[in-house]
Amino acid sequence: MMRGSAITASGLCKRFGETTVLEGVDLEVEAGTVLALLGPNGAGKTTVVRILSTLIPADRGTASVEGHDVAADPGGVRKLIGVTGQFSAVDALLTGEENLNLIADLRHLPKAAGRARVAELLTRFELTDAARRPASTYSGGMRRRLDLAMTLVGSPAVIFLDEPTTGLDPRSRRTMWENIRGLAASGVTIFLTTQYLDEADQLANRIAVLDRGRIVAEGTPEQLKRRIPGGHVRLQFASEAALACAAGLIEDGSRGDQDLTLQVPGEGDVASLRHLLDQLDDAGVEVEQISIHTPDLDDVFFAVTGHAVAGDWSASGDEVPAS
Amino acid sequence: MTALAYAVSDSATLLRRNLRRLRRYPSLTLMLIGLPVVFLLLFVYVFGGQLSHGLGGGLADGHAGRAGYLNYVVPGILVITIAAAVQGTAIVVAMDMSGGIIDRLRTMAISRSAVLSGHVIASLIQTLVGLAVVLGVALALGFRPTAGPLGWLATIGVLTLFALALIWLAIALGLAAKSIETASNTPMFLTLLPFLGSGFVPTTTMPEGLRQFAAYQPFTPVNETVRGLLTGTPIGSSAITAVAWSLAIAVAAWAWARWLYARRQPNA
Repeated sequence: MMRGSAITASGLCKRFGETTVLEGVDLEVEAGTVLALLGPNGAGKTTVVRILSTLIPADRGTASVEGHDVAADPGGVRKLIGVTGQFSAVDALLTGEENLNLIADLRHLPKAAGRARVAELLTRFELTDAARRPASTYSGGMRRRLDLAMTLVGSPAVIFLDEPTTGLDPRSRRTMWENIRGLAASGVTIFLTTQYLDEADQLANRIAVLDRGRIVAEGTPEQLKRRIPGGHVRLQFASEAALACAAGLIEDGSRGDQDLTLQVPGEGDVASLRHLLDQLDDAGVEVEQISIHTPDLDDVFFAVTGHAVAGDWSASGDEVPAS
Repeated sequence: MTALAYAVSDSATLLRRNLRRLRRYPSLTLMLIGLPVVFLLLFVYVFGGQLSHGLGGGLADGHAGRAGYLNYVVPGILVITIAAAVQGTAIVVAMDMSGGIIDRLRTMAISRSAVLSGHVIASLIQTLVGLAVVLGVALALGFRPTAGPLGWLATIGVLTLFALALIWLAIALGLAAKSIETASNTPMFLTLLPFLGSGFVPTTTMPEGLRQFAAYQPFTPVNETVRGLLTGTPIGSSAITAVAWSLAIAVAAWAWARWLYARRQPNA
């Protein structure tokens, strides 16, 4: 079901002094869907969010949200959006409830409706018990939930989430994912940035990969994952003889003679792993070590850009996808 | 609602927030009001006896002796109260700008001027409370103003106008500061300026260069006007100069603050 584009950006460029951050970013987010902008630190993700949310102007290029141009009609954009930045945007001296009431008043919600909405959000984000405590006493996860609740006070049609789970412990991360899924199910358009492939995979309808200020790949998670070499199982042997024997048994394995390893393509599921080990066991080949490698952001990056995320690929040499 | 009604309602909302923050951070207000009270006690009880002797003829009628010096120095202390209070304004604004909340406000459809006017009104309230406390202490110590109701009204008017000017200046300094530490230092010269004027000793006792500076700097006419209104010393052209200085500083600082706020980059 097409509802048209909620966010469009074309040719966005941005420089800060000598540093070029964006070099012509084109994006399109269909209304009611989740787009994940995936990229490493310094790729320019936050800059894209800031331009789209009217915080900073682009040097070149145009962008609009629900038909309102971010440069010509920032007021129109601001009425429709909610932004949860990478850095906590809560007032630490105010309580959770006061923070939410502040936003309700600034959104010009009628008093009773505003207070009802605040109570509802406190319940939904499990902050009712902490509602009357200053936000400075909140844990990282609670603060992030309050932050998201503040973004939702005015029921925005388009939500920007800049790295919503960075720095959260695994449990808080799961909770945040649940919250974002709930939002997506309610028909809100979500523009999400993340450094984690699994997060983008879990939450997004489409993923755009941002690298050095350019979109280098765009598609559904499935389309993108098809471009990744995939996972492999890495077997380490004690001797060259054992490696040679194993390589003879497993035909699609790729040999690493220097470090006595064999990389076998596969997702590393229990059945195929058992089969693999049984084969070696039957032949009497002893495996010294075994490790399973599942594809991550590094692989996506390598696959679509041909270079590594951090620029120092050798540091994780054994993670290089088999060529 | 019209745009103006929204601007007023947003400013009121942010004013409530700022006053709430000041209540949660009482040590700042206590320190800012405590400073002029300490100056008052220091100048009246430590320096007052000697100063009033030495200045003898330099002081106007009714300003001799320790009690007389109290009458002489209170206007200067009131002006210093404003200078000290706006130091807090710069700190509060810088604190606000360094937090993520300001970026949230900037992505919301709220009146552009509301964030700054919320700070101005909160600071003005804080400053007026400070002035009332300092004046209360002065009266308890024996300060005896001769002003009638009109004189009091005019005093409040002059002090409020000057406070607004310095508050806008402090807001601009707070916005311009790269850190909260810088913001707490840059407005310090404002606390020093009253000493280089007619607040504590008559400018006639100063060396030539300093006297020139004292005569032409903004605190002196404000001081002279308030002293005249409260204790009946001659005002002359000071009133007009005081109002002119206040308006000039207010307008220039207002324009600077708005420009700084508009071109502010989000927090890194």
